[in-house]
Parts: sequence; structure tokens; C-alpha cells
Amino acid sequence: MNDEAAVDKNKIYDEGIEKGAEKLTPEIIQNVYRKMVDAEGGARLKTYVETCVSCGLCSEACHFYLSNDKDPRFSPAGKVKQTMAVLMKKKGRVSVDFMKRASEIASTECNLCKRCAMYCPFGLDVAYVMLFVRRLCHKLGISPQYIQDTAHSHSVTYNQMWVKEDEWVDSLQWQEEEAQEEIEGLRIPIEKEGADFMYSVIGPEPKFRAQLIYQAAVIFNAAGLNWTMPATPGWDNSDMAMYTGDNEIMARTKRLHFETAMRLKVKRIVMGECGHAFRSIYDMGNRALGWRMPPVEVTHSIEFFYELLKAGKIKIAQKYQPTVTIHDPCNVIRGRGLHEMLRYVVHAICENVEEMHPNREHNFCCAAGGGVINCGPPWKMKRVDGNKVKAQQLFDAKSRGAETCVAPCHNCHGGLEDIIHHNEIGMDLKFLGDIIYEVMEKPESVL
Amino acid sequence: MHAIYNFVSGPLAWVAFILFFGGILYQLISRAIMAKKKDAFIYEYWSFYHAFRSILHWIFPFASTNSRNRPVLSVVTFIFHICIFVAPIFLFAHITLINEAFNVSWWFLPDGVADIMTLLVIGACIFFLIRRLTQPDVKFLSNAWDYVLLALVAAPFVTGYWAYHQWPGNQLVTILHMLSAEILLAIIPFTKLNHMFLFFFTRGYMGSEFGAVRFARDW
Amino acid sequence: MDISNSWDWNAGKKEIAQFGNWPASFDWVEEPYASPDGEKIAAVVKTGEMEFSVCVNGTAWENTFDKVWYLRFAPDGRLTGIVSDTGQWTMAVDGVAWEEQFDYLWDTQFTKDGQTIVCAVQQGMQYLIASNGALWETKFANIGHSAVSLDGSRTAASVQTESFNEGEIFKFQEGCYSVAVDGKVWDRNFINAWRLAFSPDSQKVAAEVRVNLYEYTIAVDGQAWDTTYPIIWEPCFHPSDGSVFAPAKADGGWTMIRDGKPCWNGRYAQVWHQMFSPDGNRLAAIVAPKYGKWTMAIDDTPWSRTFDGFVTDACFSPDSSRVACIGVNDKRYQVCVDGQAWSEGYDMVWAPVFSPDSQHVAAKVEKDGKYTVVVDGQKLKESYTMVWDPVFSPDSQYLLLKALEGSGSDTVYTRTVLPLKDILG
Ligand code: SF4
Ligand code: SF4
Ligand code: SF4
Repeated sequence: MNDEAAVDKNKIYDEGIEKGAEKLTPEIIQNVYRKMVDAEGGARLKTYVETCVSCGLCSEACHFYLSNDKDPRFSPAGKVKQTMAVLMKKKGRVSVDFMKRASEIASTECNLCKRCAMYCPFGLDVAYVMLFVRRLCHKLGISPQYIQDTAHSHSVTYNQMWVKEDEWVDSLQWQEEEAQEEIEGLRIPIEKEGADFMYSVIGPEPKFRAQLIYQAAVIFNAAGLNWTMPATPGWDNSDMAMYTGDNEIMARTKRLHFETAMRLKVKRIVMGECGHAFRSIYDMGNRALGWRMPPVEVTHSIEFFYELLKAGKIKIAQKYQPTVTIHDPCNVIRGRGLHEMLRYVVHAICENVEEMHPNREHNFCCAAGGGVINCGPPWKMKRVDGNKVKAQQLFDAKSRGAETCVAPCHNCHGGLEDIIHHNEIGMDLKFLGDIIYEVMEKPESVL
Repeated sequence: MHAIYNFVSGPLAWVAFILFFGGILYQLISRAIMAKKKDAFIYEYWSFYHAFRSILHWIFPFASTNSRNRPVLSVVTFIFHICIFVAPIFLFAHITLINEAFNVSWWFLPDGVADIMTLLVIGACIFFLIRRLTQPDVKFLSNAWDYVLLALVAAPFVTGYWAYHQWPGNQLVTILHMLSAEILLAIIPFTKLNHMFLFFFTRGYMGSEFGAVRFARDW
Repeated sequence: MDISNSWDWNAGKKEIAQFGNWPASFDWVEEPYASPDGEKIAAVVKTGEMEFSVCVNGTAWENTFDKVWYLRFAPDGRLTGIVSDTGQWTMAVDGVAWEEQFDYLWDTQFTKDGQTIVCAVQQGMQYLIASNGALWETKFANIGHSAVSLDGSRTAASVQTESFNEGEIFKFQEGCYSVAVDGKVWDRNFINAWRLAFSPDSQKVAAEVRVNLYEYTIAVDGQAWDTTYPIIWEPCFHPSDGSVFAPAKADGGWTMIRDGKPCWNGRYAQVWHQMFSPDGNRLAAIVAPKYGKWTMAIDDTPWSRTFDGFVTDACFSPDSSRVACIGVNDKRYQVCVDGQAWSEGYDMVWAPVFSPDSQHVAAKVEKDGKYTVVVDGQKLKESYTMVWDPVFSPDSQYLLLKALEGSGSDTVYTRTVLPLKDILG
């Protein structure tokens, strides 16, 4: 319907969007839109879209806007204007090209970081609206390819990375063996019913970052904790279905996650350093199932390390020397207010800390979150270029001496790594667990 | 002219007020029902304490980060909103009219103060207009309707100022004053001006989610 | 017919093993497991450098392995563990490994009588099921949700039937999964196939399936219901008439579906874990009558007592008249029977069990790190270092308590048969 000339020459090709759109017609779009709005488009959506007074006060909240030379199309309200506002005005009568662009905007130009909700005087939740658009795209079958593949992985394996059931247990046993070479008698207790907590991680840990499981085991072991990990699906707390708007698969995976904790009779779930997974099990997944709050208490690693350090359960041999700066992951800061605990932990384990500005609830997102990094290689440069403000923040911190950036979130790591590399900032990236493992007293060390 | 005056100040005023209050009620009730059906958990997470905490931070200038980042806009907006409420409600001429009709009255502003407030509203509207036209992001976000609404907000104040100062055409302008004010009242509930009352719910809900569930500030 | 008939039900306490001594004999002792009859206690132990075994009542198995994990007693009292030797894995039953060896195995399941041991197997990066060591004839690219029929004669699992590469989303969406029963695949592929249920006569299999990205339903022996739902949970068979039930979302909320048609009038914020009473006349499920409120509904009638946290581990009494479950409010676990919660709350409660005469309910509970058993709301006088799920005697007059008493090297494993009348006073 749109003339070809209007289509951006620099358009990025995404098979999920393009091939998915081949099946669409304006009639199909309208049909699906109507059904979805009838069923799910409630007072919130209506109010968020219709009450916006187009004041632009949210623009400077968004790193995409700031990093793209203040291009108004990247302002939070601008993203709504180009997507949901048109859909609502036209009652879903839009072209296929319009929907392709809407999918791109919602999935690759917004991290659902909710920073704008702290800058809009009305607290209009653009992230919610973008997620609604993503869900519509899911229902139309035009989600970006890579993240859609991840949602498929969740549906089959209940984890993010197509990790098979035997591969999971095998990697735990392998990490246990490795760790035993360093610390005698160290255990990764699998399927230990009645342990105090279940430790849950995200799919990439067994697949690419197995050392994180190793480190966690060493830390828990040193602290003398009674913990366990499941041998069954349900071990993974991550959730890309949440970010494609596939709420049904989100519900399915979260149900299994919580029911695994219930089956193991643990009192809480302690989760690794991941932001979006926390959002999934603390906020979105539980709600989708009818649990007002997580049925089994959920503790993010930041809070857990805070507890351990505060109680003196892990002791620091010598603090980490290089100056560090702190990246606040939105999903556990704006999403759970862990910023002061994060600072307590960082100061407890590091000698020198240089803050980035702005920080705490006002931090800038890494531009990887909200499933954007999971949209894969086609969108990588757009994402990295879309976060020059973060690069600037990192440069500033570096100019004040910071050599290491602490980021207690997997996606943040992915995003920041790309930013650091592309802008040649030259900074180390670490998880809290990396540093704690490095600086802690390891009493039973056989080395 | 007289007949028109009577019509505008009589039946039309009733219609405007009914649409205004009725409209507000309708919007609130229909949204409450819709929310119950489709966003039931809004009720679950609503927390009066956190809602008010957030609302207070956003009502006063400089209480939120964003407001501190934009001192001029914050001051203008604050004054604008105060004046747009206070000036019409506490205007001597309005109270006299109401007193004649219903025999009730209340405290009023000295005319000079009301006059200044009116000018402030008009000035703020011009400020908003310029901002809308010159700031690229705001310009991008604006559509024709935003400009019309701005004009509709300014109109009763411009005409009121005109009528009060007895400038030429004063009779016609008085009618226009009433008419524009009535149009404004009538459309408030049905346009984005409904932020007048929805503000408390959107901000309050964000305040509740941030404060009571996420333990974070939202200002 | 009941396994517990042959157990020792004479009242009194037996000291079975000086568990506290074990760490002196082995480098490492894992968490112990008690046998169903309480006569044995066992744990994985390290017997030497990279050498593991299982210690039962103080004596280690003669055979040692490179690794032992997932130690579990079968209901008939046999002790199973997954063991590896020189990189190959198998199942050891009472210390004797199956002859078959596999590249990997996991997910041990037992039939109620304990006669059949089923597990998932990986062989040359391909997947299948082993039943008492016997393998399916077909292998698959992936496997999940394995299930075994009541009589142990048949096994089934969700399997991958078409190969695709990561990122091939459109291939995936054509349907690459199905269900295999005894290794034989259904005629039809689905986008996904999840939890399976065997009919009580072992003849039929039902599974949750996704027919396209948005529509879910139940398939029975490969035949999908005509109606689809935006989301559905696991199916179960009626105990006698062959019909299939599953909770699903249908116009306005969650409800119970029977053979593709809603059979409950109620619409809930959630319905799951449905179960039939033993006589087949009543259907109960865990439900959320309102967002954030949890309880049990029996035949579509929810209890008035609800819990804000969650409800779990529900069961019917043997006479089908009563229902017990665990309800949780703000980390406080309570046993709830017929809509009435026992007054005391605990840090943790294990699945409640009914006595054979359906008159009593007992559950293992934990408070402040100590464990005990509660019967009809009445706690045993003592708490223990550990207890295992209580068992009622076949005549419902006695309760079997398996416990670790004392601490440190003085820890003793005991088996006590308590007259119910002493507990309930
Ligand atoms: S990326 Fe963050 S700030 Fe930007 S629009 Fe999305 S939620 Fe708002
Ligand atoms: S700040 Fe709020 S009201 Fe203003 S443009 Fe942004 S979303 Fe709309
Ligand atoms: S990846 Fe990290 S910074 Fe980025 S959205 Fe997630 S939590 Fe936020």
C-alpha cells in the first residue's frame, strides 16, 4: 500500500518480519487487531495512548532518542504515535508495510526499560504500549526471527537456548567435577528436596557461561548454604516469550519454573545475575498465571550477595583493586529497587568505585534489554548506535579512572560488551559473582 | 443579540456543565468497568500511599528529576495550571453571575490579580505554542488537534480579558467568551484534556507499581 | 494388594542405623533417603578418589561407580541410582547395574507397584525411553515429558520428528513434534506436544498440543479435539468412561473442558492440577476463583477458604469423600482439609496423606529447621533432625514415623510405629 520509495533504503532485512508478512493482508491485520483489542486492550491501553498530551517531556528519557541525534521518531511518545496511536485511530485498518515497521519499532527501538515512565508527568507507560504492539505482531506472525526462535526454544525445552534435558544435568555435573579440582568436597546438589533455596539461571549459563555456575557453587559452598538445582526443565528463569508478547508460552514456562521450586520444597528461588528473567518471575510471568506476587519468594543475586556479605557468610580476602563503575540494570533497579544493595555489595568487594551518571533509578538502559539483543545480528549495529549515551557514560567513568564495569545482568553484559568494543572504550566487564569469586576467602581451597 | 446571549448563558451553559461533569463520570466509570474486565490487576496493585506519594512529586515543580531538568517549562506549566483553575473559579464576575442565579457565593480574587492570572494563562499558551512549533520532538508528536485544543484552551481567557477591558465589540466577545468556555468544558472529558482527572489515576498507578511492587521511586 | 500390608506394624521404635557415624567412614555423605517401609536408610557416599557408592544401613554397595546420582527408592522398596562407569551411564538397582549402558540417562519414573522403572535415554546424541532397561526401537532428535502407563506395560513421550536448524522459525511452525508411544509415532505432527496422560487401561494416550502458534488443544492417540483454546494445561482421563479432561481458557476465563466442550460453568482466574476421586465420581482442581486467590474447587464448587500465595499437593481420600491440600499465605504453609485449614502454619509442609479409612490426614512439616509430623492438626510431641513422609497402617490404627534423631555423630535413624490414639490423645 505504501509506495516503495517511502521505504527506507537502509532497511534491515529480518526474515521473521519479511517472510511472516508475506501471509498478511490488511484484512487479516484488521481482524487480528480487533480480536486482540476486544479481548485485551483495556482501560490502560486506551488511557496511555489517548491521554498523551504530546508534550515531549519523555523524549530525553530515552537513550535511543538521545543517541540518534534527537530524532523525534525515537522519542517514547513518537514510537506510540507511529504504532498504536495509528492502529487505534484506524481501528486496525493499516497496511502490511505499516505493521512491518511497527514490529521493527516495538521490537528493536524500545528496550521496555520504563525510564520514560519516570519522565512522563502522567506516568504513561510506553513500555506497556510497545509490548502490546509486540503481542499484536506475535499474533500476526511478524516477530523478528531470532527472538522468535528463542520463544520456540522456550516452548520446546523450557529454556532459552535449546538446551536438552541431558545436556543440562551433564553440564552441572561437569561444573561440579571441575570445581572439585579446586575445592575438595564441593557439591552442586541436584534435586535435593527440602533445601533452603533453588538456584535458577538462564539458558546461556550452561551453554556459554558455565563458569558462572561454577563460581556460584564455590560461593554457596564457602557460605555453607543448603541449596539445590533441579535436574528437570524448569531450571531456566529466562523468558523471551515475554518479550515477543507470546504470553501463553511465557505462562507455560513460568508455571514450570515455580512448580519446580514447589516440587523441590524450597523456601525461595535465588536467581543468577539476570535482569529480564527477574522481571519475568517477579512481575510478568506470575501475573499471567494469576499469582499476585511470585508464589515462591524470588531473590535476585544482588540481594542475595548483599545478605551473605552483610551476615559475614562470605569473607573478602582482599578487595578488588582496579577502579570499578556500576551499571544499574533497569529490570532490578527500576524493577525492584535493588540499587542501594548493589552499591553495598560493590563497595564491600571493591576498593575504588566511580559512579556513572545518571545512576540508580535514573540509569540509562544498555539498549540490549527488552529482547532487543535477542533480535540478533541483523539489528546489532542499530542497537549499538542507538546507545551512544551509554558509551558516553562509560567514557566519562573511564576518564575518572574506572577500568572495570560491574553489570549484574546477562543482557546488560551482551549490550555493554558490544558498546565497549564498538566504541573502543577499553573497559573490563564483570558480574558481581566474578569479582566475589576472585576476592573471597576460599576456606577449603586445595590449591 | 440578546436572545443569543440568553441562550448561551442559559441552556447552553447547562448543557456544557452536564457534559463536563457527566463526561467525567462517564469516563471514570466506563474505564473502571473496562479495567475490571481486562486489566483486573490494576485494582490489586493500587496503593493509596504510593499513589499519593507519586502524585505529590509530580504536582509540584522541582519535586521530580525531569522537572528540575527543565526549570522554565516547570514554572510555566505550574503557573498555567494554577491560573487556569483559580482565575475562573474565583473571578468576581463569575461569582456574581452565580449569586444572581443560585444565591450562593464565595471568596473572590481582586480584579487586578485575576487580570494578571488571565494574562499568565495567555502567555503560557503562547509559550506552549512556540514550544510546539520549534521543538522538533514536540512538533513531531503534535497533530492539528493539539493546536486546536491549545486554541480552545486559550480562547475563553483571551475573550474574557477582552470583555473585561471593554474593548470594541465587547458584547459579541462576551458571547464568544461564554461560548468558548462552554465548548472547552464540554470537550474536556472527551479529549486528551481529560488528563485533568486521569492524571491522578495514571500517575497513581505508576506510583503504586513502582512504590509498592518494585520498591523504586518514579520521579 | 497394598504393598504396606507386609510391613512391620508392631508399635514401637527401632533404631535402624547410626547415620551420624557414616561421615567417619566415607569422604562424603549426601542427603539420605528412607525406604518406603522405613527399614532402610541410604545415601550416596564417596568411597575413594573419584569413586562413589551407596551406603545402606551402614554398609556400602559392593560395586562402586565413577558417579552416582538421583538415588531414589522405588515404591516396592528397591533402591535405584543413576550410575556411570568409564563415561557410560546406567541404572543400578540395589547395587547391581543394568547390563545395558547408555550415553546418558535421567528422569527416573516408577509405576505405583514399583515393578517398572522407566527413564529417558540419550544414545549417540539420539533420544529414547528405557523401560526396565529395554529400549524403544526408534530414536529421536529430542525427547521430553515421558510417561508410563499405570500397569507399566507402555511408555510414551513427546518427541521431535522433523529436524530443523536453530533459527528456522518457519520450518518449526510447520510442526516438528509429536508423541511416540512405545517408540511408535502418531501420524500427525504438532508445533509442540507437552504433558501426556495414559488412560487407566493403558490403551490410549492424551497430550497437550499446539496446532499453530496460537491455538492449543488436546490430542488423543494423534487425533486433536475439534475445538482449540488460547491456552490449555495437561489432560487426564476419566477413571472409567474414557473421556478426557483438561483445564483451558474459554470465553471469559479458565474452566474445565471435557472432550472439547466446557463441562464446568465457573470461570476462574486459573484452573490446574485436576484429579478424579478414586471412585471417578468427583473432579477436583486447584483454582483461583479471583486473581491472586487460590483454593480447591470440587465439581466446580470452590471452597470459601482461599490462600493468597498458592495451593499445591492436593489429594482425594481413598473413599472419595474428602480433599486435602497445602495452602500458602505469605510464606506460611498450612494443611487444608475440606476447606478447613489447620490452625498452625509452618515454614514448609510436604504433601498430606490420608489414612486408608479416610478418617485421618498426616503431613511432614518443617519449622525453624526442625521436622515433625502433624496428624489431623495435632503435632507429634517431638521434632527431629529430619523426618520422611508419614505412612498410615492398612488398618488406619498406626502411623509410621521415619526420622533422624540427635545431631552430629550421634544422629540415629529410627523407625517408629505409633498408635494413632496416642498421637491424637
Ligand atoms: S527504550 Fe525505555 S525510555 Fe525508550 S521508549 Fe522504551 S521504555 Fe521508554
Ligand atoms: S511525556 Fe507523557 S504525555 Fe508527554 S509526550 Fe511523553 S508520553 Fe506523552
Ligand atoms: S539488559 Fe540490563 S540494562 Fe538493559 S534492559 Fe535489561 S536490565 Fe536493563
